[in-house]
Amino acid sequence: MAIALQTVDVSKTFTNVKALDKVSIEVEEQSIFGLLGPNGAGKTTLIRIINMITAMDEGQVLLNGQPVKQDDIRHIGYLPEERGLYKKMKVGEQAVYLARLKGLSKQDAMKRLKFWFEKFGITSWWNKKVEELSKGMQQKVQFVVTVLHNPKLLIFDEPFSGFDPINVNLLKEEILNLRDKGSTIIFSTHNMASVEELCDHIALINNSKLILSGEIHDIKQQFKSNIFEVVYRSPKELLLNTPPFEVIDKQSKNGEQLAKIRINETSNANELLKNILTQAEVVSFREILPSVNDIFIQEVEKSSNNR
Amino acid sequence: MNKIRLIIQREYLTRVKKKSFIIMSILGPVLIAAMIILPALLSEWSEGTKKRIAVLDETGLFTGKFKNQDNLEFYSVYNDLNSEKEAALYQRGDLLLYIPLTQLSLPTKAQLFSTKQPGLNVTVYIKSVMKNVIENEKLKAKGIDPEVIKSAKAEIDLATIRVDESGKEKKSYTEVEVGLSIFAGIMIYFFIFMFGAQVLKGVMEEKQNRIVEVIISSVKPFQLMMGKIVGIALVGLTQFMLWILLTGFFLILFQTGAGSDFQESISTLTEQNQMMNQGAPDMTTIDSNKLAMISEIINSIDLKTMVFSFIFYFLGGYLLYASLFAAIGGAVDHDADTQQFMLPVSIPLIFSVMMSGAIVNQPDSSMAFWLSMIPFTSPVTMMMRIPFGVPYWEIGLSATILILGFIGTTWLAGKIYRTGILMYGQKVNYAVMWKWLKQKN
Repeated sequence: MAIALQTVDVSKTFTNVKALDKVSIEVEEQSIFGLLGPNGAGKTTLIRIINMITAMDEGQVLLNGQPVKQDDIRHIGYLPEERGLYKKMKVGEQAVYLARLKGLSKQDAMKRLKFWFEKFGITSWWNKKVEELSKGMQQKVQFVVTVLHNPKLLIFDEPFSGFDPINVNLLKEEILNLRDKGSTIIFSTHNMASVEELCDHIALINNSKLILSGEIHDIKQQFKSNIFEVVYRSPKELLLNTPPFEVIDKQSKNGEQLAKIRINETSNANELLKNILTQAEVVSFREILPSVNDIFIQEVEKSSNNR
Repeated sequence: MNKIRLIIQREYLTRVKKKSFIIMSILGPVLIAAMIILPALLSEWSEGTKKRIAVLDETGLFTGKFKNQDNLEFYSVYNDLNSEKEAALYQRGDLLLYIPLTQLSLPTKAQLFSTKQPGLNVTVYIKSVMKNVIENEKLKAKGIDPEVIKSAKAEIDLATIRVDESGKEKKSYTEVEVGLSIFAGIMIYFFIFMFGAQVLKGVMEEKQNRIVEVIISSVKPFQLMMGKIVGIALVGLTQFMLWILLTGFFLILFQTGAGSDFQESISTLTEQNQMMNQGAPDMTTIDSNKLAMISEIINSIDLKTMVFSFIFYFLGGYLLYASLFAAIGGAVDHDADTQQFMLPVSIPLIFSVMMSGAIVNQPDSSMAFWLSMIPFTSPVTMMMRIPFGVPYWEIGLSATILILGFIGTTWLAGKIYRTGILMYGQKVNYAVMWKWLKQKN
């Protein structure tokens, strides 16, 4: 896969406060990249640097292998965390204005808006003033305006805040749709569930430093601790509490037992399963991988303590 | 460039389409026209009804001295005061002038009885007639023929004539210049503040609506700021032009509507002025050269310089202040926080208006000179000096400094603005702004 966007050792200091310290990320073309980190970690600064809103002190931002230029931001669609619309302006008029600022002609903007407004079933809003819309409605308009000019690179900063669950789903679908149609997407969020659901890659920033990045699958593998969950039926207790195995959790429900078992390095899953099969009837067996949420908390705490 | 045009267009159109703009555009000229028309109209109304005045003259000196005027009619009565008062005021609805018998050496007292306020023209006329008569009587008593005095009286017409460098002479009318000067200065002040405040409001609106980051992902912050400033400047110019055009239109409309009545009321107005100024009882001699004088006054005003310099100093002063207002709007989160920054910024402008009296008195003083050079005060001060005539090199120098000034403030403001608009929830003071100024983008 080609790299759509790359930052190389990007650093930024705001009068004595280090916002980014040599942050390098690579975003593959046609993938969804999750930018994670606690508040104030430097996510928004990185996003603003990519959008050329803020200038970096050191480093490079490469778009398709070329240093990014002012002209390139036409090909970026950016939905900032702090977002809004002119309250007194009519929805349609405003959408056309924002689209034209992105370089679309008036006719083109009208045509595409018509398509998106019909798709979202919001055509009747065209002549309403923005202040007449609810917050969720405004967010929909905002989303349409962000993607209208068919940008190759889309950047969403906390896209789901302010949406109700129905609209969150709609948005997720659209984000996946856009990726499948060829867009590259970066999004920053605190919503870890959506990260697991959507992202192909993640990067974790804490205190201005990149502390973790990679494919979500690889990271989970990297952080797994050889714990397996087995559900079985058996009249008596499993005899498993000797090395290389260790039962760390046990429950029973509806005549079925559940156990979480850790294996040490000398053994593997096959041997555990063989062992259990001799004692009980296995209903299900799976490896427990850490959630992104667990990894996030663990890593942020670790890097904060190390400072 | 294309994007800046889009921004200018939006800023301009949304404001020009507003109801408040349309109302201001019509109301302004109506008020200005009213200021010109109303005094004439009022005097016409008050002159409309003829006043009859009964004169009870116990001295006998004034018989036949009160001449009937356009709106005044005098007649003599001879009974005692109480019965004449009753008759004149309540039966006939007239006024009663009572002149009691006194010694010539004592100050002459007279009483004018009326059921309504008699009006200035009546009292002025009566006073001037009485003064004349008494003066003549006193002269006679001393054995001097009033005719001698009359022939000795001299009328002085002091014309101030300004000679410019090329030796060309021009008659100047100080009163007209003072009026024009103050009017121009106040207008500049008003326009700068009115449209500067719109910039402040517009910037704050964008920040509060949180739309600003959406927009600066398409254009540079400086483009957004300049687009807004230029857009609103065009709104200001449009308003100015509309005011001039509509004021002219209303005046013409009134003139044709009221027809010759208006001309008449204008002439009575000037007549009254003359009367009050000179106390001249001779009301019949209306200066036939009046029209010529008016056109001479108009010619004495360098209208072209006035209009061009008004537009220039409005734009220059506006750009200077608007960029500072934009920086303030970008820096603060709430309306209430603007006060602490607005005051220091507007002090020079307010100061220049406060100095208007001194400047009008001595438009060539060194204070006036320097105030018209400093870019923060020059728009108001220079506009006040221009009606009195300012050498072209001074205007040129002041204009150059003003241009440099607004380039400087725009540059500074741009730096504060681009950082400020992305900052929410920060307590902003001068130290913070100074940091933003030094900060690289």
